[in-house]
Amino acid sequence: MSLAARVELTLGQLHLSVEVAVATGELVVLLGPNGAGKTTLLRALAGLVALDGGRVVLDGVVLEDAAARVRVPTERRPAGFVFQDYLLFPHLSALENVAFGLRARGMARAEARRRAGAWLERVGLSEQAASRPRALSGGQAQRVALARAMVADPRLLLLDEPLAALDAATRTEVRRDLRRHLDSFEGTRLLVTHDPLEAMALADRLVVLEHGQVTQTGTAAEVSARPRSRYAAELVGMNLFRGQAAGHAIQLTGGGVLVAAGDHHGEVFASVHPHAVALHRRSPEGTPRNNWAGTAEALDVVGDRIRVRVTGTVPIVAEVTPAAAAELRLADGGPVWATVKATEVTVYPA
Amino acid sequence: MTGIARRGRAGSAAGVPLLFAVPAALAVGFLAIPLLGLLEQTSWRQLASELTAPQARLALRLSLVCSLGAVAISLLLGVPLAWLLARVEFPGRNLVRALTTLPMVLPPVVGGVALLLAFGRRGLVGQWLDRAFGVTLPFTTMGAVLAEAFVAMPFLVITTEAGLRAMDRRFEDAAATLGAGRWTTFRRVTLPLIAPSLGAGAALCWARALGEFGATITFAGNLPGSTQTMPLAVYLALETDLQAAIALSLVLLVVSLAVLIALRDRWFPTA
Repeated sequence: MSLAARVELTLGQLHLSVEVAVATGELVVLLGPNGAGKTTLLRALAGLVALDGGRVVLDGVVLEDAAARVRVPTERRPAGFVFQDYLLFPHLSALENVAFGLRARGMARAEARRRAGAWLERVGLSEQAASRPRALSGGQAQRVALARAMVADPRLLLLDEPLAALDAATRTEVRRDLRRHLDSFEGTRLLVTHDPLEAMALADRLVVLEHGQVTQTGTAAEVSARPRSRYAAELVGMNLFRGQAAGHAIQLTGGGVLVAAGDHHGEVFASVHPHAVALHRRSPEGTPRNNWAGTAEALDVVGDRIRVRVTGTVPIVAEVTPAAAAELRLADGGPVWATVKATEVTVYPA
Repeated sequence: MTGIARRGRAGSAAGVPLLFAVPAALAVGFLAIPLLGLLEQTSWRQLASELTAPQARLALRLSLVCSLGAVAISLLLGVPLAWLLARVEFPGRNLVRALTTLPMVLPPVVGGVALLLAFGRRGLVGQWLDRAFGVTLPFTTMGAVLAEAFVAMPFLVITTEAGLRAMDRRFEDAAATLGAGRWTTFRRVTLPLIAPSLGAGAALCWARALGEFGATITFAGNLPGSTQTMPLAVYLALETDLQAAIALSLVLLVVSLAVLIALRDRWFPTA
């Protein structure tokens, strides 16, 4: 393990209590809603906020240990930080921004400028070397910020929502570049985002952070298939239930029963993909083991499918084709029956 | 949107009630007429010769030296003080800030008396300075510089502190993550970012120092060539040579106007 951190701190309303471990060469993405403490965690790792408890160890070197009162100041931590709005120094050119870290660490001016220039070339901004940040586009500023953070060969790279400041059109392209530059970095990488798409596209491993606590860690595939919180389930567009299982039947916490294939016991999560939810205007007969009455409420268009929110004892989201939505006149709302085959329910321990 | 709101609130010129218009016009007249009087009495043909007369040149040069010296002292001591006031929570910070601001409201003559009692030859610090270094401050040029700095430094401290508070401190965080220690960060990031505030503070400080009268005459006296700065020379010349007084007054007026115009964007950003 290259980065091993246990961070305990209170900042205003936020109580952060988190353990993260990131291997060398691994890219971990911290995913969570606004106010979950993602940025604060990064700032704590960089030494910009002091820990109340816990410790931060990078490559075997203790950067901070609250109990032992050890605290390496920010400027002596081998960490690069890409801030959400980049924070390029407005009074310095792109080249001087990139060279800043090298100069601050005592490198001679000419050598620092040469290396900064090489990095600007690497991110494709040689022509903007003399430009002030004000004259750069969002995507260019992001690349300068990345070069500035990476030029001094940090062991740990912290990125706070590196794409959030960009408009949707440039984001895809910049994300591809970012992925490429991050792949070329050999140290430990920790990236914060609240955008699930960004997280899925970049992460080797996801850490879901909510209310200052880690609610789930795993690969993108694992989190998508088996979300462990309402937030994570919504991110990946899954229906998530929680309840007490006894054999096939799961007594749901919010009321109602869900029938699954297989034999399950105790406190469980159950996830159902909206694709697997069928809607009917009349109570269907035959095989489906799960059949709930409800009311069709909100309709959303997602790609070529229609997403329908059904409220009732067991609230659930269904995805149907536009043809089915028209045939069932779902736009009118009203009573519907939602059915799910037992084999379409994924059950895992809570 | 704010433009519309502003226009709506200010109303059009046609609808201004007399109750406001008349006193307002009187106020403008009251402020402007003395300046017109000064201009009206000026003998423009003599102006050049008045300003190049030995006494005037002496006062001009001395004023320049003393006021710039006061600005230098203010920068050297005032910027670190502003930084402490803006960035460090220490006990008694509000007291220190109040103390710093005091010379702005204190009658300058009182400041002069206080300086005399502290730095005078038998004063609290003065007798020690005299014994240890043989340094005497009252009635010397250095004394005039001190008197001006005493009165003018608050302008620099207050403006700089406001600039430090208004700046986005995360730039300093960014500098720290790039390996910059406190001093490097201050020099290469903080100072350039607050340069506009610092410049405005220095300009205000300089203008105040240039016009200083009460503390200077009390603490440093009125000795031509060593402590007789422009305002003192104006006051003296008023009795003997009116045109010389007017000429020097005009210089001070022009400097004040120049500072005002240079800083107009800071004070009247919407006008």
